[in-house]
Amino acid sequence: MLETVIGLEVHVQLKTKTKAFCGCSTEFGRLPNSQVCPVCLGFPGSLPVLNKTVLEYGIKVGVALNCKIPEYTKFDRKNYFYPDLPKNYQISQYDQPLAQSGYLDIAIENGTKRITIKRVHLEEDAGKLIHEGTDSSASYVDYNRAGIPLLEIVSEPELNSPDEAYQYLTTLKSIIRYLDVSDCDMEKGSLRCDANISLRPCGEKKLGVKTELKNMNSFKAVKSGLEYEIKRQLAILEAGGKVTQQTLLWDEKKQKTAVMRSKEEAHDYRYFPEPDLVPFIFKSADIKIIKETIPELPQEKLLRFVKEFSLAPYEANILTSDKSLADFFEKCSRGYKNYKNLSNWIIGAFLSEINNRSIEPKDIPITPEKFTLLLNLADTGKINSLTAKTVLSEMFETQKSPDLIISEKNLSQISDSGELEQIITQIINVNEKSVTDYKNGKANALMFLIGQAMKQTKGKANPNMVTEMLKERIKNA
Amino acid sequence: MPISKSEVKYTADLARIKLNDEELEILAIQLQKIVDFIDKLKALDISGIEPTSHVLPLHNVFRQDELTPSLKTEDTLKNAPSKEGNFFKVPKVID
Repeated sequence: MLETVIGLEVHVQLKTKTKAFCGCSTEFGRLPNSQVCPVCLGFPGSLPVLNKTVLEYGIKVGVALNCKIPEYTKFDRKNYFYPDLPKNYQISQYDQPLAQSGYLDIAIENGTKRITIKRVHLEEDAGKLIHEGTDSSASYVDYNRAGIPLLEIVSEPELNSPDEAYQYLTTLKSIIRYLDVSDCDMEKGSLRCDANISLRPCGEKKLGVKTELKNMNSFKAVKSGLEYEIKRQLAILEAGGKVTQQTLLWDEKKQKTAVMRSKEEAHDYRYFPEPDLVPFIFKSADIKIIKETIPELPQEKLLRFVKEFSLAPYEANILTSDKSLADFFEKCSRGYKNYKNLSNWIIGAFLSEINNRSIEPKDIPITPEKFTLLLNLADTGKINSLTAKTVLSEMFETQKSPDLIISEKNLSQISDSGELEQIITQIINVNEKSVTDYKNGKANALMFLIGQAMKQTKGKANPNMVTEMLKERIKNA
Repeated sequence: MPISKSEVKYTADLARIKLNDEELEILAIQLQKIVDFIDKLKALDISGIEPTSHVLPLHNVFRQDELTPSLKTEDTLKNAPSKEGNFFKVPKVID
């Protein structure tokens, strides 16, 4: 039996207003080379100065990942030549990173698993290369991204499946988003992930030969890329072969990996201390001040939700996966005490509205007050739950109050027995066959008749009353 | 162990410097002299001395996260050996 061993190296872009070492904007999607200056272009004579917020954000993440924050940290130069790197070196951290020896607990099938975080360090991003232009023998460089602060988070090789890797990434993302220091959007490149993968016989301590997998541009791609690479290594080992240590690129379209050219692989970076930046020394009081700004993190919140609102862990897990969503639930819970129903509605209809409209939970367009008003209207029978979903959709569309939508669109539930009696008479008359079927024991026929009544009333009929009245009428017919 | 020509070549390649055989030979000797000179430090007792990365008595120099004006794109590209539109243009780096 072979065991899979995976270690992940994650880069997250910190969402500061300005770059790590100069005052250029970090805004995404601006004109090429419009957010650059002598510092981030590496012009002679320019000097970098560290953005204070970058260091604070880095420490926040380090603390949230249970790392030790050494008293002393410094920056180093990582030297290599590539056109996306204007200075021919990247300012990074080598032997004295910002944070080290932490851990992240991830949920696995039967409990949690603790993954060691080896180190967390700060560095600057490189520029962006574009290879498709009018001149096919040229590449085009945009340095707007050069100098944007990155945090590199390295795990020990302790993940044993693509699922665990996925879980690690989503847990990490959720923590970092709670800290509000990065968007962690893989599609937009604000979270990037490289993986080391190897296989070894179960029980063996020594690691097998690893490959490095890059270019996975979504959480799903990480999972499928790892699955593919494990199969590939397994086939080699089972055929009695040896895995070659190399860097592979995941091709999402072709769903396979390709070997990265060896030229780009020459890992001899000749690190040395960055002489243009001074070292940084923290007192425990400085760390304490930053610690106090850390909010309740997803795992604590999950446990509290289970306890405080008597929710199932899986419900609490969904609600706390995003801080804005959790905040929304909590705000609603102040005015609406049927927590189970609240949770069902948020996880169900509410989340599907959000997903269908591709809304970020932080941009929820309706207020907790309007949402709980909707639930109250459904609870008291003013509208039925089917109509409530239509009203919710309308609320997302227009941000109007549910009672206004109900009166404007005449959506009140029909609970008037006289009115319903008329409708039922009509339905019984035109659906004789279904009535007979039901009499002969076909339960489905009743569902059909109820459906007809709902259709007739555009979903406004009180479904319980319709059911009871239909049964009664057919019995006495 | 003296510095070999192949070590000089490797280092030169990393630094993107082209050297001919004669230059490699001369540089191997010169680099050896530099390394020998630095080796004098080995004679010192440095136990208990922390490695020094910075010699100035300065630390924690920051800037606030506040925007400063960037260069105008035309100025940014002014000295570029090759450009097109708003981009720097370089020889293609992938095949």
